[in-house]
Amino acid sequence: MKGLLVLSALFVAVFGKLTFEGDQVFRITAKDAEQIALLKELPEEMLGLDFWMPPSRASLPVDVHVPFHSLQAVRAHLAYHQIPYRVMIENVQALLNAEQRQMVQHRNFPRSTDDFVYTTYHDLDSIKGFMDMLVAENPNMVSKIEIGKSYEGRPLDVLKFSTGESRPGIWIDTGIHSREWITTASAIWFAKKIVTDYGRDPILTDVLNNYDIFLDITANPDGYAYTHSNDRMWRKTRKPNPGSSCVGVDPNRNWEIGFGGPGASSNPCSQTYHGPSVHSESEVKAIVDFVTSHGNLKTFVSIHSYSQMLLYPYGYTSTAAQDQAELHELARKSITALESLYNTAYTYGSVITTIYQADGITIDWTYAQGIKYSYTFELRDTGFYGFLLPADQIVPTAEETWLALMAIMEHTRNNPY
Amino acid sequence: MQSVIRTHLESVSSHSCYATELSFINSSTRRRSPPEWIMKTFCSVWLLLSLVELRPALPVSQETPLACRGPADPALQQPETPEEMDTTGDLEPTHYPARRAATVALHYLNTRHGSPYRVFGLQQVHKASAEDVAAGGRKYSLDFSVTTSPSGSAGPALRCSAEVLFPRTERHTPPDVQLNCEALQQLNSTAEDEAFYQKYITPDSAVSAQYLPDSYGNMSEDMQPFWRLARVAASFIMLRESSENTEFNMAQVASITQQESSEKQLMLDYVVLLHDLPSQEIIQWKLLASWSPDSGVRVLQMEWQPRCPHATKPPN
Repeated sequence: MKGLLVLSALFVAVFGKLTFEGDQVFRITAKDAEQIALLKELPEEMLGLDFWMPPSRASLPVDVHVPFHSLQAVRAHLAYHQIPYRVMIENVQALLNAEQRQMVQHRNFPRSTDDFVYTTYHDLDSIKGFMDMLVAENPNMVSKIEIGKSYEGRPLDVLKFSTGESRPGIWIDTGIHSREWITTASAIWFAKKIVTDYGRDPILTDVLNNYDIFLDITANPDGYAYTHSNDRMWRKTRKPNPGSSCVGVDPNRNWEIGFGGPGASSNPCSQTYHGPSVHSESEVKAIVDFVTSHGNLKTFVSIHSYSQMLLYPYGYTSTAAQDQAELHELARKSITALESLYNTAYTYGSVITTIYQADGITIDWTYAQGIKYSYTFELRDTGFYGFLLPADQIVPTAEETWLALMAIMEHTRNNPY
Repeated sequence: MQSVIRTHLESVSSHSCYATELSFINSSTRRRSPPEWIMKTFCSVWLLLSLVELRPALPVSQETPLACRGPADPALQQPETPEEMDTTGDLEPTHYPARRAATVALHYLNTRHGSPYRVFGLQQVHKASAEDVAAGGRKYSLDFSVTTSPSGSAGPALRCSAEVLFPRTERHTPPDVQLNCEALQQLNSTAEDEAFYQKYITPDSAVSAQYLPDSYGNMSEDMQPFWRLARVAASFIMLRESSENTEFNMAQVASITQQESSEKQLMLDYVVLLHDLPSQEIIQWKLLASWSPDSGVRVLQMEWQPRCPHATKPPN
């Protein structure tokens, strides 16, 4: 009965609309022709729907502006028919002016990486489009490598920035924990920054003339898709666990170093579940295989959020890393550079002392492989918004983090080993 | 058909698992008599909605996740490393033992002095030390700074000192906090708190919203004081649930529904998502909070909501 009252209140407001406050834009991905037909059946005029991309074929997304008062009805219709969708714009009023609306429409179809909107979070399709455009615009510098496939069969793509043959490499990954959206958004900005600064910034140019940079923007695409479609707080992979109703393995506890220790969980329902065995996750195995076959990476940076920290090995043991002194000093320099831009305060130190004991983590493994400059970032913020960092912080975060990365890359360049 | 639906709705609402009920009530609903076609439309949609409730586990955007997620097993909580555990005397301020204790003090500060226009955040730990106490527990002494939101890092930082005692008992006992911050006495209820109170204490006020902030970190200005109130109310829970092995933040407000005001208090029903850093778990709590400028925030009811039918208990 409560539902009836709710709905009557909603529908009484039908003719009261004066603003776009609370209106949303849905991106609907119909599974088949039948669902397309169901979408066409929606009473457009009655509900005040405005199709930005009308239903045509099942392979094309359907974008529809849904007025606030019709949200409940549309959601109910989509849910009842199990038509997948996600909310692309949470509040249309915020994007009302013509210039911004154009930006939104272009977001669906940016024509170049100069057109691309860096001040918003993107989904997998959009990121793939970005990567392909970047490669097309910079054929002599940027290429895309597929290092494997995710559990759900998505390609695991890495951008390679290279100006010559057989160079040592620097690796940066983001998004291995899918809910850490700011990391993925920052990486898109880094990619553009690299191609923009090559030939302009002397340090970056020098680095790229001697090292390749590998950028893995969505290291966990299955999880990332899931944060868009189902659960914004999803962290792990999406591989089912036999004998459990809980899905997924923590890809940052799945590495062969201190595997299964107390700094990870053996419970498949846990957010830090280490998985059934080392490198059991294809997302992890792909990176392991890449690192071992490349054989000449000198720096490995795995980027997470949140906490505002720069961390070096180890996570699994309190024994100091052999290069602790150098790693600590480089972290200090790196953070100083970061803080110089917007005064964002970072702490730094080993994983196990600064944040917590964590077993089977990426950078412990890469360090053990001999990649001396192995670091993990925890980006903004310190818990105020946490994982839900507002999009207007994407560019400032990327800018300051880039300064830290440059310090690490410059040090690598000046200290070959 | 109607009776079948009604029976099922009743059984669904008593299910211990988190239900997917949504209510978006615009606080400024207008009243006009609806024409017949609207009645027909909403009848059919109501029916649709009821049928939706027959399948509470449907994966609709941002609603109940399909994946079952149990709470962190206390036995597998992040253990302290030997050296950090045994350290008596000075602690490294940037390391986690000091920071976790300071976070507890922060939650305490928010329960005491938080309001719709004042939420404290941890800025920096300056000094910290710890010692074991005779009764079996560990006491941390802290010197730290906090920021205030709104105004955040733009505003002045407050310097605080605190003693946080974590008892070591069989079953979890909340930590005990003694706290002193400079200029705290001078912080009284702001004009904005008053205006907010006057606006929403009116009898027909029925604010309701979901997912603050949204996935993209957005939140309307109107909803920010409600978010801050949630943050303060959540601090009661975070304080109570804290131990040396936890570090809580509020990840999101899943829902807020204003209840009828009682005894001049704003009454707010919240569902909040808490994030624990060491275990990385997202823990859902339902709570009923009251607030007025004079009484401050009080939590009248709190209930842990397992996000999965078979989950048994909260971390502590």
